[in-house]
Amino acid sequence: MPIIETTSLQKEYGRGRESVAALRGLDLSIAAGEFVTIMGESGSGKSTLLAVLGGMSQPTSGEITVAGERLYQLHPEKLADFRAANLGFVFQSFHLIPYLTALENVMLPLAIVKGKAAAKRGAALAALARVGLGGKPERLPNQLSGGEQERVAIARAIVNSPKILLADEPTGNLDSRTSEEVMMLFRELNSAGQTVVMVTHNHENGAYADRTISLKDGLVVGR
Amino acid sequence: MNLQTIAINNLKRRKAKMAFLTIGLAVGIATIVTLLTLNRSMSGDIERKMEEFGANILITPQSNGLNMNYGGIGLGGVTFDQREILESDLQKIKTIANSKNIAAVSPKVLGGIRVGSHDLLLAGVDFASELKMKQWWQVFGAVPQSEDELLLGSDAAKVLAVETGDSVKFGNGTFKVSGVLEQTGSQDDALIFASLRKAQQLLGKEGKITIAEVAALCSGCPIGDMVTQIAEKLPEAKVSAIQQVVAGRLKTLEQFNRFSMGVAAVVVFIGSLIVLVTMMGSVSERKTEIGVFRAIGFRKSHIMRIILCEAALISLLAGLLGYGIGMLTAKLVLPYMAESGAAKLVWDAAIGIGSVLLALLLGILASMYPASQAAGMEPTEALRAL
Repeated sequence: MPIIETTSLQKEYGRGRESVAALRGLDLSIAAGEFVTIMGESGSGKSTLLAVLGGMSQPTSGEITVAGERLYQLHPEKLADFRAANLGFVFQSFHLIPYLTALENVMLPLAIVKGKAAAKRGAALAALARVGLGGKPERLPNQLSGGEQERVAIARAIVNSPKILLADEPTGNLDSRTSEEVMMLFRELNSAGQTVVMVTHNHENGAYADRTISLKDGLVVGR
Repeated sequence: MNLQTIAINNLKRRKAKMAFLTIGLAVGIATIVTLLTLNRSMSGDIERKMEEFGANILITPQSNGLNMNYGGIGLGGVTFDQREILESDLQKIKTIANSKNIAAVSPKVLGGIRVGSHDLLLAGVDFASELKMKQWWQVFGAVPQSEDELLLGSDAAKVLAVETGDSVKFGNGTFKVSGVLEQTGSQDDALIFASLRKAQQLLGKEGKITIAEVAALCSGCPIGDMVTQIAEKLPEAKVSAIQQVVAGRLKTLEQFNRFSMGVAAVVVFIGSLIVLVTMMGSVSERKTEIGVFRAIGFRKSHIMRIILCEAALISLLAGLLGYGIGMLTAKLVLPYMAESGAAKLVWDAAIGIGSVLLALLLGILASMYPASQAAGMEPTEALRAL
């Protein structure tokens, strides 16, 4: 049973003659528990695909089902709830909130769900420990190294136990050694059953995945 | 960790910008507080002054007068059909609708007497209410305590060549001069004051009075209405309003009040614009952050709540600060604005509560648009990388 399935997925930016096709009829199927990397050159449509899969950018046409939901048939606010409950995002530039500590950043997705403060704090500390940052919960982002910030971003993405972890160039701003550590972390998470979909242009990262989908000009050119 | 924590931490991070925002709004609130407090304090000052000035309603008997001339030569005037006011009628004044605005009623009986070879005017008064009304009186000696004592106007004392402690004979009795008034420049200087009861006996006007003065003085007192109400109760009397000067001052104060409110409205409008512009700037700066919130599942209402919570916290602080600054400014400015140095600063809890509520209202209203702009941001628009 695929956890992500797309049929004839198209995404165009702009209208009429000015329109640019970013995705041109993509058919994809990703199984639960898979670790898939999406690779391609700049402008191939991989980040657009991730945004569409993440419920953040409505496709121009085609169908998409994520975790059993026809995403874009949901009301925008319900779609936000869906993201909060089922998806975890790791961004290229980490996008940690600078005025919140590492622990508070990790707790961010829990700020909008009901629950006791102590339980939320416990879950965030556990997520930090899982990414190897259990000893630095009170540090602000600017007091952490790039690799540590990436780990906080990953902890934030997994704290609500999402069904799918979506990562956009997570090693793009890291040196090779730290990139390796981060990819190992993704591999560990996947080994524990986490579905991971990662956009990357680094071919070395593909070695950590079960499968690589290659895109070119908005089309799948290899699986 | 909740939405409030995010709002508070953001405010802590952007201290300078938030301080600017708080001060902008606080200045507006402070202006209102200063103007309102000054206005109230000055009203209180004028009220006190009005009480010191004395009566503002005069009750005299109804009479008809006629000016006579013959062949273009004036022959003087005559008064006829003069009616009288009974002392007991004055009780009716206390039953008028605005009776709570009456500070004092001072009845008087007037009549000519002959002391030795001098003709003088005797005024029978109730000393307690008379002194309440004429707080400017300076008495050398003491105010009469019994019916055998008199208080003399300065000119009357000179004419009779008597001083405090001397005796004066007229009618069938001898009276002790318990005190002499310092010159007032008014009709009081020429009068001999006795107790109302004794004067009524001496003048053969038991139970009757010649005039009554009413002090009904406070800012906003409906003097005109009160005159009508008293006239209805005392149809035999002529009731007139005096002290137009003071009423004029109140009018000026009302104009100042309206001007103050106009100035305050402009300042508050500017304060609101500062809030609007700063919050718009803040939202624009935080695009990425808002995009992250939206991407991880924050609803539009969550974003609105964060921005409005920040606005509410700043507004609350601005309200409290504005009240403090406003009261301090009023305290410093009041001595220069009020006519008497004794003007008291009015501490009104309603102004305090009102200023905080107004700040909250303005801050939140001015932040609604930026908040809705923030809430409407799409995650992909905010996170350009995606």
